[in-house]
Amino acid sequence: MIPAAFAYFRPTNVKEALTLLDQYKDEAKLLAGGHSLIPLMKLRLAQPRYVIDLGRVRELEYIRESGDQVLIGAMTRHVAVETSDLLRQRCPLLAETASVIGDAQVRNMGTIGGSLAHADPAADYPAAILALDAEMRAVSSQGERWIRAEDFFVDMLTTALQPGELLVEIKVPALPPRTGTAYVKVAQKASGFALCGVAVVLTMDQQGVCQHAAVGITGVAPKAYRARAVEQALRGQKLDASVMAAASAKAAEGIDPLEDLHASAEYRAHLARVFCRRALEQAHARI
Amino acid sequence: MAKKFVGERVPRVEDQRLITGRSQYVDDIVRPRMVYAAIVRSIYAHARLKGINVEAARRAPGVIAVFTGEDVREAIGPVPVASRLPDLKIPRHPVLAVEKVRYVGEPVAVVVAEDRYQARDAVDLIEVEYEPLEAVVDPERAIAEGAPILHEEFGTNVAFVWQLSGGDIERAFRDAEVVVSQRMVNQRVIPVAMEPRGVVAEYHPGEGQLTVWTSTQIPHLLRTQLAAMLGLAENRVRVIAPEVGGGFGSKLNVYAEEALVGYLAMRLGRPVKWIETRRENFLSTIHGRGQIAEVEAAVKRDGTVLGLRYKIIQDVGAYHQFFTPGVPTLTGLMAVGPYKIPHVHFEVTGVFTNKIATDAYRGAGRPEATYMLERMMDRIARELGLDPAEVRMRNFPQPDEFPFPTASGLAYDSGNYSQALRRALELVGYEKLRREQQVLRQQGRYLGIGISTYVEICAIGPSPALPFGGWESATVRVEPTGKVTVLSGASPHGQGQETSFAQIVADELGVDLSDVRVIHGDTAIVQYGIGTFGSRATAVGGTAVYGAVQKVKEKATRLAAHLLGEENVANVAFEAGQFFLKDRPERRLTFQEVALAAYLAKSLPSGMEPGLEASYFFEPSNFTFPFGAHIAVVEVDPETGEVHFRRYVAVDDCGRVINPMLVDGQVHGGIVQALGQALLEEAVYDENGQLLTGELTDYAIPKATDVPWLETDRTETPSPVNPLGVKGVGEAGTIAATPAIVNAVVDALAPLGIRHLDMPLRPEKVWRAIRGA
Repeated sequence: MIPAAFAYFRPTNVKEALTLLDQYKDEAKLLAGGHSLIPLMKLRLAQPRYVIDLGRVRELEYIRESGDQVLIGAMTRHVAVETSDLLRQRCPLLAETASVIGDAQVRNMGTIGGSLAHADPAADYPAAILALDAEMRAVSSQGERWIRAEDFFVDMLTTALQPGELLVEIKVPALPPRTGTAYVKVAQKASGFALCGVAVVLTMDQQGVCQHAAVGITGVAPKAYRARAVEQALRGQKLDASVMAAASAKAAEGIDPLEDLHASAEYRAHLARVFCRRALEQAHARI
Repeated sequence: MAKKFVGERVPRVEDQRLITGRSQYVDDIVRPRMVYAAIVRSIYAHARLKGINVEAARRAPGVIAVFTGEDVREAIGPVPVASRLPDLKIPRHPVLAVEKVRYVGEPVAVVVAEDRYQARDAVDLIEVEYEPLEAVVDPERAIAEGAPILHEEFGTNVAFVWQLSGGDIERAFRDAEVVVSQRMVNQRVIPVAMEPRGVVAEYHPGEGQLTVWTSTQIPHLLRTQLAAMLGLAENRVRVIAPEVGGGFGSKLNVYAEEALVGYLAMRLGRPVKWIETRRENFLSTIHGRGQIAEVEAAVKRDGTVLGLRYKIIQDVGAYHQFFTPGVPTLTGLMAVGPYKIPHVHFEVTGVFTNKIATDAYRGAGRPEATYMLERMMDRIARELGLDPAEVRMRNFPQPDEFPFPTASGLAYDSGNYSQALRRALELVGYEKLRREQQVLRQQGRYLGIGISTYVEICAIGPSPALPFGGWESATVRVEPTGKVTVLSGASPHGQGQETSFAQIVADELGVDLSDVRVIHGDTAIVQYGIGTFGSRATAVGGTAVYGAVQKVKEKATRLAAHLLGEENVANVAFEAGQFFLKDRPERRLTFQEVALAAYLAKSLPSGMEPGLEASYFFEPSNFTFPFGAHIAVVEVDPETGEVHFRRYVAVDDCGRVINPMLVDGQVHGGIVQALGQALLEEAVYDENGQLLTGELTDYAIPKATDVPWLETDRTETPSPVNPLGVKGVGEAGTIAATPAIVNAVVDALAPLGIRHLDMPLRPEKVWRAIRGA
């Protein structure tokens, strides 16, 4: 568990970090909370020549309101997301998701930006980020751009971030009235990652008809996905247990589920359906 | 009246240094000019070594030396095996592989460098040329026709066949009204001590002494073995077990690296440190369990068990480690458990496979026995339509039948098994739970109640039962100031005997707990001892302390009589740290005054030696047999297969209790490890012998959030085997809890017709069983 040699940089602001990234390009790795990168380095599965530690880039640690959005700095620790009063009031789904990441030690060190940029197929945030239609702001020496959640996750461990780009901010919507959300997860017991995690956003109109339904599912497929068929089966419907159950049956439709030591593809797809229903029921009950 | 410590929840004296980070583990040890070793390990489970090119590594920055198996085969003796069985096949087990490798992780070469980074970097520069051979991972396949042979010299992968018979098993099956049989797998698990192994060795050429700091449970036994492996006189080897961060049997061993690092220190003339990585810990520290069993029970319709027939395959791994062949013999000895079963036949076949050796892991053979038997008792109850508690009650020996002779040839020392089970049933509210279970079943909910009653064999053990002596030693040394130093041959590594031994001594001498210091784990300070394993440290080691302190008291009393001018020693009483004349209690001396007088030696009784210390080597006349009853209550989620705990009740009887808090701690830890095996843990290898669960991200050990609230209680049946009446408790939880949990899950699923599931009961397995039902 001893990493190969590397050069270490600790910039204190985004500008310095970008300069280093431009200089060392794909020989450099960005270090945020370190919960993915450092184990890989200790096993020598990752052997970056340069490590750029963002731990002192304080300007990326914040959670603030901006109109009907909440902005979160990429270096915000999971524990800050979990315990943020602002998020709990305006976007409780993200706080709930953060609260079940790993364990307390992981949440004290890990960052939302680090997790999203690593794009582990079993990470918790992607389900919520997708269900919330969040947007990610990436900056580089060339400028900046916003990336929609659905464009952000490209494949297993692959995002839309380009070499030289740094993820700096996540924008989530403050939820409208008559909205209920839930994140329900079953963890792989060794790692704490999700065997299946389902994030749900439901908005109802005055008559109790589903206006908006968004379902993000992580852990099941090579990348987190939106369960569009489920959403379609809910929209415009009065939601009761049987409607939600019928919709949930479509939670793994069109998906090629992961299969590994911890769960077969068949079981993962089954979990997606079961936990989709449970997440819907919970979100519905919270409206 | 001085304060009494025995029986009290005395806080552990060890904890302050542990909690404040001031304890010293092997990796905390730094010696002048120390260098670092890193080991090249086989990436193949089975391969011929065609060549090793170490030139690039030798030239790498900071590298001092590189050694291969060929380099050290003459200099270092093979890794020893202590256990002996008839016709046991013992392959040569070199510290670095020669000619062939037989498991992934087997040491192939070692690099020594100025720092640990350079050593690790150089490992990547060593080119090992392998000729891969077909590996055999599954022990049943290993004994099938045409399987690849690990050790060609034997022409077979069978390492041993061991049998035990009692009564007349054929008769039992002739008389049986019903025969119940079940195949069960007790999967391989990985001990995962929090501190991995580690060794620092330093050679003093002036004194010709090799000092080895190593994370071990058996410093003295290890010293004897290292001296033999390295060709040194035993009194020129000093082994020190510093703080040991957990062992669970995995450090009850003699490992290749311990001799290798010692050799390197001598050869290079510099202190050498090697610290095992977690990855290495998974691959090359012993594993536990690994039994495949066919069990048959001959029973009567009233639930009386007449006989048990066991046919077991023990997965040995590639080589024997220290106790490997001995572990399943403990399974055999405990094959009738806490029941009056007159006929038993037990046969175990040990099989070489291309994996790290199995060896003693918390419980060592007894959890396997209890698991099989307790699963069988539930199977029998189900088959006969009887209540599982009732079936157990019917088969217990009664309290007046102790010492109870078993069909397996043991004499259980003392016990009241039905009392423990009754207490557990009462605590859990058994009748009410059974009614609730019926109601919930109507609602499609799956509540399960799992009982496990156990007896274990502890205080291991009388010397005839062990390859190297089963006694334990203690020295109680009263210093001139009256402070007391205890030297124990036991080697506690988390169990808390620095506290419990001090409690025993403080009570006997009427001194404060803080006046007593317990030293262990250093062969240059402590007289020879056996070590800590097999729930023996308190029952054997504690009794040795008790024996030594009696000798000290006896001498101090004689000296006090002399100092008080009393010729009749019987007229001197010793209470609360004071000696006084029974007929003139105003004539008194404190213990401290007598201690000082013993050292000043100005006036001693004729023939008395100065000083005040005594040693005692305690040889137990029998094992001890702790017992108890555990009950797990679970609810299975039929949609996902997840198992949720509702209750967990443990009633353990470990004889007299020195410190209830330590006993609770041992029970808690044991249950948690058992829960790990029941629900989560399994060493999974692929067909090529690669360990797939080779990291903590893939191998699940229980976390605090996986553990239910543990309701512990006790009955107390003193052991007649030692004057303290103690039995031992270090492994009780691990032995009892695994079948309690599995029984609970299977009980929950009984309405679906499910009769057995092999561990670990991970959700997908349970879900598939439900779906297939």
